[in-house]
Amino acid sequence: MSQQNTVLYDVPGPRQRRITLISSIVATVVLLVGAYFLIYRPLEEKGQFSMELWGPLVDPSNESFSQVWDRLGLGLKNTLTAAALAIVSSLVVGTLLAVLRIQLKSLARRRFTGLATPLSYLLRGLSTVLSAVTRVCVEVFRGLPVVITIFFVARGFPEFGVTFDTLWYLVIGLTIYNSVVIAEILRSGMEGLPGGQGEAAAAIGLSPLQSTRMILLPQAFRIMLPALISQLVVVLKDTSLGFIISYEETLSIGKQIIGVLDNPIQVYVVIAAIFIAVNYSLSKLAQYVQHRLSRGRKSAPRTGAADTELGTEAVAGTTT
Amino acid sequence: MRFKRVAAVAAAATLAFGLAACGGDSEEGGDTGSGSKTFAAGSTMERLNKAQKIKVGTKFDQPGFGQKGLSGKPEGFDVEIAKLIVKELGIPEDKIEFVETPSKVREDVIANGTVDLVAATYTIKDERKERISFAGPYYEAGQNIMVKKDDSAITGPDSFKDGTKKVCSVTGSTPAEEIKKYVKDVATQLVLFDTYDKCRDALKGGQVDAVTTDNVILLGYIAKDEASFKMAGQNFTKEPYGIGVKKDDTDFRNFINDILEKSYSDGSWKKAWDDTAGKFGAELGNPPTIERY
Amino acid sequence: MNVLIDKFDVFAGGFWLTLQICVLAAIGALLLGAVVAVLRISPVPPLRAVGTAYVNIFRNMPLTVVLFFAAFGLPALGSNADFLRIPGLDAIFSRLGTDLPYFRFGLIALVLYTAAFVCEALRSGVNAVPAGQAEAARSLGLTFGQNLRHVVLPQSWKASVVPLGSVIIAMIKNSALVGFFGVVGDLAQTADQLTSAGGYAFIPVAIGISVGYLIMTVPLGALLDRLEKRQAVAR
Repeated sequence: MSQQNTVLYDVPGPRQRRITLISSIVATVVLLVGAYFLIYRPLEEKGQFSMELWGPLVDPSNESFSQVWDRLGLGLKNTLTAAALAIVSSLVVGTLLAVLRIQLKSLARRRFTGLATPLSYLLRGLSTVLSAVTRVCVEVFRGLPVVITIFFVARGFPEFGVTFDTLWYLVIGLTIYNSVVIAEILRSGMEGLPGGQGEAAAAIGLSPLQSTRMILLPQAFRIMLPALISQLVVVLKDTSLGFIISYEETLSIGKQIIGVLDNPIQVYVVIAAIFIAVNYSLSKLAQYVQHRLSRGRKSAPRTGAADTELGTEAVAGTTT
Repeated sequence: MRFKRVAAVAAAATLAFGLAACGGDSEEGGDTGSGSKTFAAGSTMERLNKAQKIKVGTKFDQPGFGQKGLSGKPEGFDVEIAKLIVKELGIPEDKIEFVETPSKVREDVIANGTVDLVAATYTIKDERKERISFAGPYYEAGQNIMVKKDDSAITGPDSFKDGTKKVCSVTGSTPAEEIKKYVKDVATQLVLFDTYDKCRDALKGGQVDAVTTDNVILLGYIAKDEASFKMAGQNFTKEPYGIGVKKDDTDFRNFINDILEKSYSDGSWKKAWDDTAGKFGAELGNPPTIERY
Repeated sequence: MNVLIDKFDVFAGGFWLTLQICVLAAIGALLLGAVVAVLRISPVPPLRAVGTAYVNIFRNMPLTVVLFFAAFGLPALGSNADFLRIPGLDAIFSRLGTDLPYFRFGLIALVLYTAAFVCEALRSGVNAVPAGQAEAARSLGLTFGQNLRHVVLPQSWKASVVPLGSVIIAMIKNSALVGFFGVVGDLAQTADQLTSAGGYAFIPVAIGISVGYLIMTVPLGALLDRLEKRQAVAR
């Protein structure tokens, strides 16, 4: 970021530095005063800083402290379990879906020469239809809110007599949505590779499937790794939607604690802090990986790739 | 003040019935385990007794009836009633798996077999009987309205007819449907959340003028915060709470009904109440007549 | 399937309400996001810190939590979000003008949350402008503001459009959550209401609700794809 900033303005001279300093001080004072009058004062007046409300969360000597944190720990464990299961299954399904779509696309373009004419037409028709079907599936599940998908899974599966623990409804719901997103990330990664890669693979006699598996997919993974890690953040945040289907993740447990202790603002502040800490570390990991990757291929023209990555990161990280 | 008195009464009751219960316990103490009791072959009771575990649907956010506390175990009147039934099935208490069943999923989870029975402030209704069956009732509640302590403008459901007062309830619940008969404009007068806690917070913050649901739920909130809330008027519906079981499982239903009737006479019903919702000062009244159909 | 015909007005109403909240939230998020983006690249360190903190907080917090703070934290701060009852605007979007503040709370949460992503989309656009452009502008003697206004932003705009579009699509989908925070009658809450209290069959309701969302998201997505392809060719 600092590079970008120095591009936008000169290295400050003495006068500029003085102006910056003064405006810094003014800005800080304005911000602090604003925060005091608009946030601190009203909260203080409502007694939101009392130890009665905060005690069970921050004071180890409080009688409820250990119970509260046991419960929150359980919630966090459940959140992480759901997130881990969801991301692994999304990665697997997403990769398969990406390969399937690429294969179907190339199949649809193939002419099947050497086969009887009706058969070749049939095969071409079939692959075109399949390609269209997967396309529609991707568009539909990408276009639906993940809340709605989870809700539909939790209500729809039992309708057909299939019942699981709520954990699995959440995981399935998250997988449906995220695998589609990951498939799109990987597909755009593969299609964004220089055409020479695929051509060279074909030239040394690899079948389309082999070339996808051995040449295209590994490179797409590498390029898209930061975006994929960002998607992990999204999954982690989306597990909080488990409250809709009564899965006991951090937020649901928080709600139960609030039911007893009656301190909603305090509990939510703590939960927000937990989420921010975990997700921020993940985002930092994504940045680190991206940094490592871009250092690894210094010779390659960087700017274009970096843009798309930043772009996808901002995009992928948006749902809920 | 009131709280203390209630606590004293509750303590006295606990003592009195605790003694009675002790006697009962020693008699039935060893009655758990597979095959510990004999049931008709092929009945739900036999299946559950053989399996030695049971899934019970209840609420996790209903003070006094089913609330998951800091211990992570649900507590309340519904939970106690469920425990009474499970005991008669010859299943130890620690083998009960409690499943959260918010209002809107109760029929579904019974119909698709996610849980074996539901005790979750579950009003017996004819349209629900089309999908499931009810044992009981074991309690009769009624819909009421909670307002701020200093509010005298709302005196009953008719106060919403002029189209200005805002009322809060829970998505998909019976009270929400019921109050729609009274409000003039649903879009600007009715607020729906997923839990009643949010409604209470909204009332406290002044975003809504009233919260409506069953009286016992409201009493729980009022007991916790007598300085802020009060009840407006009388119950305007009758809400008999029943135990939900699979449709047409008449044997299981009769079995539960027998247990409930027994609990009325041996005092365990009253004890369950006094230990839980009774602490909020709600009146128990006489045991409702079991509805055998 | 009858429910789709019988309750068409309910679905249509839900769609209309969701659309209203999305349009308003999109406008708000774009404006606030632009402000935060300016903060994030401003030369004044405290402002930059505020911008960065804002983005990190809202990007890493589940929207559910943001919605909670809007719906219950704001009343605790003594605000009913009445400042959003903008005369004229609340005549068009009637929910803004009512005494029931949850539509406004939902709106605020969506705006706050989405603005963080808008900011990042805009910033990625600024980053895409070759450094030489800004350097050349500076060597011409343009100030920071002029530099942004005349050189960097017009170019970054192009690179930002596609990410911004994706952010808005995500926001439309996220708007489904406001139904769980006191806004009655949007698409998500309609789904809940019809299948649970209404007792309607699940599949037709699911189809109706899905169509409602897909009408909003899919065409926008297709438009973005075309834009992206056009830009790829231009590059």
